[in-house]
Amino acid sequence: MAHDLGFWTLQALNALQLSMLLFLLSIGLTVIFGLMHFVNLAHGSLYALGAYFAASLAAIGGYWMGFFLAPVAVAGVGVLLYSRLIKRMRKSGPMAQVLVTFGLIFVLLDLTRIFWSDLALAIDVPALLSGRVELLGIEYPAYRLFIIVLGLAIFAALAFVLGRTQIGAMIRAGVDNDAMASCLGINVERLFFIVFCVGCALAGLAGVVAAPLLSVTPDMGLQILIPTLIVIVIGGLGSLKGAIAGSLIYGFVQTFGAVLAPQLASVLIYALLAAVLVIKPVGLFPAKG
Amino acid sequence: MKRAILAALGLATSLAVPAAAEENIKVGLLLPFSGVYAALGNDIEAGFSVALEQFGSEAGTGFDIVREDTEVKPPVALGKAKKLILQDKVDVMAGVVSSGVLGAVRDMVHGAGVPLIVANAGNDEATGTSCSPFITRMSFSNGQVNRPMGQWMHDQGIRKVYTLAPDYAAGRQMIGGFVETFTAAGGEIAGQDFTPFQKTQDFGPYLAQAKASGADAVYVFYAGGEAISFVKQYDSFGLKADLPLYGSGFLTSPLYVNAEGPAAEGVITALHYVPTLDNAANAAFVADFQARTGRLPSEFAVHGYDAARALVEAAKTGARDRASLAEALRQVSFDGPRGKLSIDPATNNIVQPVYVYETVAGENGLTQKVLAELPAEADPANGCKMAPVSN
Repeated sequence: MAHDLGFWTLQALNALQLSMLLFLLSIGLTVIFGLMHFVNLAHGSLYALGAYFAASLAAIGGYWMGFFLAPVAVAGVGVLLYSRLIKRMRKSGPMAQVLVTFGLIFVLLDLTRIFWSDLALAIDVPALLSGRVELLGIEYPAYRLFIIVLGLAIFAALAFVLGRTQIGAMIRAGVDNDAMASCLGINVERLFFIVFCVGCALAGLAGVVAAPLLSVTPDMGLQILIPTLIVIVIGGLGSLKGAIAGSLIYGFVQTFGAVLAPQLASVLIYALLAAVLVIKPVGLFPAKG
Repeated sequence: MKRAILAALGLATSLAVPAAAEENIKVGLLLPFSGVYAALGNDIEAGFSVALEQFGSEAGTGFDIVREDTEVKPPVALGKAKKLILQDKVDVMAGVVSSGVLGAVRDMVHGAGVPLIVANAGNDEATGTSCSPFITRMSFSNGQVNRPMGQWMHDQGIRKVYTLAPDYAAGRQMIGGFVETFTAAGGEIAGQDFTPFQKTQDFGPYLAQAKASGADAVYVFYAGGEAISFVKQYDSFGLKADLPLYGSGFLTSPLYVNAEGPAAEGVITALHYVPTLDNAANAAFVADFQARTGRLPSEFAVHGYDAARALVEAAKTGARDRASLAEALRQVSFDGPRGKLSIDPATNNIVQPVYVYETVAGENGLTQKVLAELPAEADPANGCKMAPVSN
């Protein structure tokens, strides 16, 4: 099959779109890990919750109500999880944390099933973004462009906050050496709580933007968890640069793998993951060198 | 007061049960009530209950139902099947949604000689190389649903088709059935992709491939969450106008077509049942199912409905124990919501018509417009060797 330039542009945009979706998910997870050394496997479930909240809110007040309120609602769930569960698990070691948050996946999965039933829910693309846009000589769905732009905007905002503001400096200090940071008078616990909530909200946001593109089903959180973990392992734990690099690598390998070597599509990314773990076990851009 | 009522109730049931239990047929329902196919399991069970309400009185006996949740996990399902067979000592089992689960329980069921009415799982082997006189399928086989579409699409003037399906046994069998008849009719396959099963979030790369292939149409099989994502993404790229979307009818199943929304309009697919079929048996089924669940029945619901109906028909012949029920189930035949159904004694698979339908906008959301009824054909034996019916 002969492919013209438009075909490759289209695929590059597809790759970028998938990358941005994964970036929204992985950034929260990776910074939570970097700062708190806390593995929150239930992060995918928060993404699913975001999609469900958005679907319910969209049924009342349209897409944009879901878009703005669902991440807040997911952050609320994050507050609840933090104060009831995660605070107690802070000092209990990674194995116990993995087990608890893994169990949390199933609890949240069954709660979504009880509240929203097993049937898939619908959420429509908002009218503003429903068409296609002429771009670089091809037509591309406006909603997918919106995801790309949103991802880049969030990246820019986070890069600014982490790199240029006082709270960003505090977070970086906390990631680097939390004991020293608290000696210097930074309230690491409170910082941790804020980061956790923001991470949850971003996971919820990812759920909201993914919902019109994918289906809203109870197991959507489980399906996205593995790609997210691959992203942060490739990118390196705890860093913004790692999350964006990992997401881009995942998105492009997955998309172009599907085009160039469809038989290998599902293996390629795991092969890459293995290669990264062998050559650079800490990932490409870890927060701590 | 409350306690007194409860006690009275308990007494009443404990008195009532032993009298009836001697006669009743004990049925084990083996369905997923949790896991990815929970929605299907619930639909099948609802259909099963509706049929027992409608026809149960004709059976000449009562039915005791024991439900077990397979969780869509083959090892769990095997354990539950053992429990039903050895501990509950059921006379007959019905259910099984996933082909993986069917594969896991097959030898147990066959070895114990317990009749199993399959109410969904479609893998071709179940009524092919690993067929069993104790396993009767009232749902469909993967090839059966798709085979008639090859000739039909060729008759509509479509010559070049691009196919897409998830990369697992059912995906390959569904597409295989279509490709076989479409190429036999003189059509050409412009290209094929099998996407990683339940790992594909973005179908964009594959859609761009299909578009670039120069095909007249795209033929796909997707089900559940993947079907919803696929149909929406297909529409968002604006492909529907130039490259019409065809497929196996699970793509736009009434169970989740409303989650696909307007994106599903104009998609043409083939399936053995849609709720808009115009016959008396279907009208009665749809009315009772809606009264029970508030939803239109899906093809999954009709599997459960007809599984229970087949059981009633078998019981009518006087069959009561495992062996006689198995023999009677192989000879079942009746007019149901899907039209005239019978069991092919060579494979124990159902023989049923297949309907081509278009998803169109109706008064209350999306509905199914039947375009053609393709005649019922028995599956080829596919290596199934089974003793003929004996009685």
